Amino acid sequence: MERNQLRRQVALTRQSLFDQGFLDEQFIQLEELQDDANPNFVEEVVSLHYRDSARLISNIEKALEKNPLDFNKLDGYMHQFKGSSSSIGAKKVKAECTLFREYCKAGNGEG
Amino acid sequence: MMENNGFSSPRNDSFPAGLRVLVVDDDPTWLKILEKMLKKCSYEVTTCGLARDALNLLRERKGGYDIVISDVYMPDMDGFKLLEQVGLEMDLPVIMMSVDGETSRVMKGVQHGACDYLLKPIRMKELRNIWQHVLRKKIHEVRDIETLERVESFQMTRNGSDQYEDGHVLCGEDLTSIKKRKHIESKHDEKDTGDSISTKKARVVWSVDLHQKFVKAVNQIGFDKVGPKKILDMMNVPWLTRENVASHLQKYRLYLSRLQKENDFKNPAGGIKQSDSPLRDSAGSFGSQNSINLQHNDVSNGSYRFSGSSLVVHNGDPRSHDSDRKRLVSTPVEEPKRTFTVNVPNPCIPRSSQMEFGHPLAPPQSEVDFGALDSTFPTKYPWCGIPEIQLKKEHNPLHLNDEFSHLPLPGQKQLTQADYPQPAPAISSAPSLTPSHNEYRSNVNHASSTAIAVDSSPIQTKTNVANHQAIELISKSTPSLENQGFNMNSITEFESSRKNINLGMLPFTTLEEDLQVCWVPGDCYMNLGLQNIEVLEYFDPGLITDVPVNLNDGLRFDYEFNDPTEYSLIDQSLFIA
Repeated sequence: MERNQLRRQVALTRQSLFDQGFLDEQFIQLEELQDDANPNFVEEVVSLHYRDSARLISNIEKALEKNPLDFNKLDGYMHQFKGSSSSIGAKKVKAECTLFREYCKAGNGEG
Repeated sequence: MMENNGFSSPRNDSFPAGLRVLVVDDDPTWLKILEKMLKKCSYEVTTCGLARDALNLLRERKGGYDIVISDVYMPDMDGFKLLEQVGLEMDLPVIMMSVDGETSRVMKGVQHGACDYLLKPIRMKELRNIWQHVLRKKIHEVRDIETLERVESFQMTRNGSDQYEDGHVLCGEDLTSIKKRKHIESKHDEKDTGDSISTKKARVVWSVDLHQKFVKAVNQIGFDKVGPKKILDMMNVPWLTRENVASHLQKYRLYLSRLQKENDFKNPAGGIKQSDSPLRDSAGSFGSQNSINLQHNDVSNGSYRFSGSSLVVHNGDPRSHDSDRKRLVSTPVEEPKRTFTVNVPNPCIPRSSQMEFGHPLAPPQSEVDFGALDSTFPTKYPWCGIPEIQLKKEHNPLHLNDEFSHLPLPGQKQLTQADYPQPAPAISSAPSLTPSHNEYRSNVNHASSTAIAVDSSPIQTKTNVANHQAIELISKSTPSLENQGFNMNSITEFESSRKNINLGMLPFTTLEEDLQVCWVPGDCYMNLGLQNIEVLEYFDPGLITDVPVNLNDGLRFDYEFNDPTEYSLIDQSLFIA
């Protein structure tokens, strides 16, 4: 019972993530990759991604603290982050990255 | 992040399953995902986080991978650079991928030789189809080889009959040459069959060493004068075929021309330097095609040379020069894997300095390209005709060519590599070359034997005697050349003899013109001219410098003389190289 409830919760959460645009079809692809040989594939990939992203985010923060802002570097970071997030289907993050990059190109520090 | 999977597993049984893929990406997440996806396609995956590691892996296991997938943005090396390197050194299909799908980026990828450009996130279905690139490359290789073979055999027959006799009449050394020719022909025939069968396109992996050798050879010969045969001779790598060299040369040239464009320096010096390192790194950039074109039009000697050489060498199939080039290279590769450590001959290096003719570039081999060219041309130009062509000016090809008659033989080779200053001596070294290209041999051999009797001794004397000698040398070398580079050798010898004969640059030009004129296909013309030029250079460093000029001029002349069609043919031949 509890397990079923948990499962349902997970399913709902997952669905909401999709609905809210946090995830896109790439995530589904990852799920499809998961099979008996790698039952926790998705989990592994996502954790790997989080680890990598955390490192990247700290780099970005450091770069943001500098003055003046090094937009090229930031752009590079964003590109990396975008690639990373797209790997797991983090759609929103990817969109934010794109936006960030636009600002970088414009030299807009406020953005 | 490198995981090695079994490389040696053959994938013939259930293609495309078992395809050996190397994935290069700095993002660990992507590596993991791609690995899983590829495994699902039943491919063998090896992942790599650094471009340098990837290159090492590729070099360690030559032929251990079928295809490479690489990210564009990487911290240690630009993805495009890696792409060029791989293409140049190993001639493997490379797929680029990136989050960025802008047209300019994709174009850059294609220009650098990428087989495909995927956008991240990558779908499974996209990965499923990557085997088509591997298959396509293989097919092209086979086609190149077959073309070459066909050409060679054709040439052989033709040469054997007509030129043989003509050459005999024209040249003083008939006997020798004839004998040589016969010998060559027979050998060629055998070789052809053998080669065609055996050379299954063993891909030549251009290891760093081999590439260094290549570069060194090119530098020595002089970028302008470089020709597959000469390079081959100089490199002295037995298993390397002319076609291999030719295609590699093509690539190298492209690479150099690209560098030149970027650096905006047309100097050889710059190019030369780069040759070593860039070659290593950007071997891939050689993108023969681009370079060839560039070279052709490139004023700088270096680049010019290359184009010529590349064109010639590569394939008998002028059209596909680029691909052919590659293919040629790959085909020769089949035979023995020759690592070309070619030292990129700095095109920039002044010809005179570079011309070290004494170095016999095993023409057959280095001229792999030439061989290829020969194949195509053989039919077109009866070697005997070549000398005539050159002499065309006089319309007595034969006359002029007594010496030239030898040359025409080289002409067979179509290796108009004129650009390559391949010293005739290189031709003599042909023996070493003999290995591979049978195809070329047939044509080339004939030519070589007669024409090139040029031994390594540079015949400075412009006298006919010199030429004669050259021819002899050539013929001698030709037998060895028998297979590939043959044409080249003969050509070079021919050229050298031409040189000898021609005191001034003019003669050469004439020759070239003649050659060109004679060769209807246009391609042939180029070859002769080139050869002569090369030969010239070989013998006489001083001449060489001149020659290159002549060659270029000659080539240009040829164009003028020739009809537009011929011109295009020549262009093609050039390109083909």
